[in-house]
Amino acid sequence: MSEKIKFTIDGKECFAEPGQNILDAATDNGVYIPALCHMRGIKPAGSCRLCNVKIAGRLMTACTTPVEHGMDIENDIPEIQGLRLAIIEMLFVEGNHFCPACEKSGNCELQALAYRYQMMVPRFPYEFPVKEIDASSPKLIIDRNRCILCKRCIRSFTDENGKNIFAFKKRGHKLQINIDAKLSANLSDEMAQKAMDICPVGAIIRKEKGFDQPIGTRKYDKVPIGSDIKSVI
Amino acid sequence: MAKKITIEPVTRVEGHGKVTIHLDDEGNVVQSRLHIVEFRGFERFVQGRPYWEAPVLVQRLCGICPVSHHLAAAKALDVIVGAGTGDGLTPTGEKMRRLMHYGQIFQSHALHFFHLVSPDLLFGIDADPAIRNIIGVALKFKDLAVQGVMMRKFGQEIIEVTAGKKIHGTGAIPGGINKNLSIEERDIFLKGPDPMNIDKMISWSQDAVNFFKDYHKKHRELIDTFAAFPSSHLSLVRKDGAMDLYDGVIRAVDAEGKKILHDIDPQDYLKYIAEEVKNWSYMKFPYLIEYGKKDGWYRVGPLARLNTADFIPSPLAQKEFEQFKAYTNGKPNNMSMHMHWARLIETLHAAEMMKELLNDPDLQKDDLVTKGTKVKEGVGLLEAPRGTLFHHYRINDNDQITMANLIVSTTNNNEPMNVAVRCVADSMIAGQKEIIEGMMNAVEVAIRAYDPCLSCATHALGKMPLEVSLFDSNNNLIDKKRS
Ligand code: SF4
Ligand code: FES
Repeated sequence: MSEKIKFTIDGKECFAEPGQNILDAATDNGVYIPALCHMRGIKPAGSCRLCNVKIAGRLMTACTTPVEHGMDIENDIPEIQGLRLAIIEMLFVEGNHFCPACEKSGNCELQALAYRYQMMVPRFPYEFPVKEIDASSPKLIIDRNRCILCKRCIRSFTDENGKNIFAFKKRGHKLQINIDAKLSANLSDEMAQKAMDICPVGAIIRKEKGFDQPIGTRKYDKVPIGSDIKSVI
Repeated sequence: MAKKITIEPVTRVEGHGKVTIHLDDEGNVVQSRLHIVEFRGFERFVQGRPYWEAPVLVQRLCGICPVSHHLAAAKALDVIVGAGTGDGLTPTGEKMRRLMHYGQIFQSHALHFFHLVSPDLLFGIDADPAIRNIIGVALKFKDLAVQGVMMRKFGQEIIEVTAGKKIHGTGAIPGGINKNLSIEERDIFLKGPDPMNIDKMISWSQDAVNFFKDYHKKHRELIDTFAAFPSSHLSLVRKDGAMDLYDGVIRAVDAEGKKILHDIDPQDYLKYIAEEVKNWSYMKFPYLIEYGKKDGWYRVGPLARLNTADFIPSPLAQKEFEQFKAYTNGKPNNMSMHMHWARLIETLHAAEMMKELLNDPDLQKDDLVTKGTKVKEGVGLLEAPRGTLFHHYRINDNDQITMANLIVSTTNNNEPMNVAVRCVADSMIAGQKEIIEGMMNAVEVAIRAYDPCLSCATHALGKMPLEVSLFDSNNNLIDKKRS
């Protein structure tokens, strides 16, 4: 067995497996670092920047940075928490996130982060972009109003035959998520549910099965996101 | 010089309205109008959305009776998902929704009577607005104010256990409901400590009816003649003619009680009801096609419901219904202020129905949703606190809404409110040279009888921001008064 790597987060002594990234290692040590684009077990993309931490005075994304011996990581400090809140606010103004009528409400990671970071009215102006919804798949609806382009679906979801059904199209600010409606038609209900659960927001929604989870029983109705990780906050 | 009087905004109604009264040189009323300036556009922005979002989305129309929109939309979608209407749902599905609805009727009626209407009755229409408000009631008639608050709270808590939240919940889904009622949840209402239990709510509702009847005895002239006018009345009734606030067929009677709409299926409403657009109001004017734009208008709401129904299927409310009917010798009651009487009888009915449902073991069962063969179109009607509410949706092959048509209760009462304003204008404002507070409020009292929900704003409290502007025939402002 290889030797554990010793490091600290906000002064707390922690241990990691060699090659482990900071985000996963923090979780294993009971320290919460917020994340949106990262899911354990898939290759980190480092795209949302929510997991920013400070190492030797530099901002680094925890999901893409491997832990090194003797690293002293700053996580729960006002500067970084402030940056994270700003990122959350930007995500809200960039899309059309109407939580009241979204069935992911209560299970949405973005919404849960906004609550955890006590976001009030965003400091940035709303962009109200014109986005389309693609309802052509018989199993899933893609609502681009809510997509935060985290790529989780593309990076981690394939159908029963290992085929990708999600892909990005266009570039730059026109970048958008797309679904292969034909391939998606063969998804089982369980697989369709899995796709919906992979999406951190309400951009992938199962068809004809909305709002059947009563308020009070949804993931973040009673406890803030990250509560499963013994947090230092 | 001809004058135009503007009363704006109308206070203690839900939302804002603006009344203009045009006087000629002699001071006679030549025209009066209730202008609705809000435009909410919900029918437009549900287009393209997945159909199952509708009950959650459209309820945002209103913070006072969102449950009504939530349920009417869900009922329309029951048709779309092939669960059919009314008895198509499982007993648990239908009864949970009914409980939610009676909770809604109960809290909304209580709010309206105790918070919005009681100041007018207790202090008099022309009393100083500084005391003629709910704060004044709380100071002088503490018990009554507390009752109002507790009744509202009770209804809201019923909504919370059925819809998940007091306001803007998610309980009703296409084809049913997303939860049942646990024994613990139920017992809060059946066995709650005084006064928060259903028996107390029933007895308080009886007290409220008696309060009104007493008041009526002492102020017969005002209650019987104020803004009274003949009209047709429309509502849902159960197939056997009983009052049913949740489901039924559409019935209308004329001012004399003759049936003019014969218990039609709500799915067919477009064959019988149309809406007229007028250029001075964002709110449309519905009418019965057979009787035309001019004569086809009708009233909806508590008064209309007591006029269309043959009986009320709960014993205490039925007794009150009999007295109510006897007062007009079985004929329809056309007196606007009797709306309050009717509303309180319904409050009692809602309380009785909640008790019956709370004792029904069907609410603890687990069979929540029904689905069948999907169709592309559905209509859902409901008797909302303020009157008949229509929701109508069409969807495409991809499950997106392509068309939504909503006729809300207050829209149904558009013409009646205009007529009520005209009645008051004719009797109280015509020939007057000066605007006094009591006169202005009289117009508001007439509108308020209809409990209009002019937008979703919920300005029930606070100082009355009343402004009266006087215009000459060229629309020049010649006088302005604030209360
Ligand atoms: S659809 Fe969901 S999972 Fe996919 S990129 Fe958009 S937000 Fe991420
Ligand atoms: S979680 Fe690390 S950048 Fe998104």
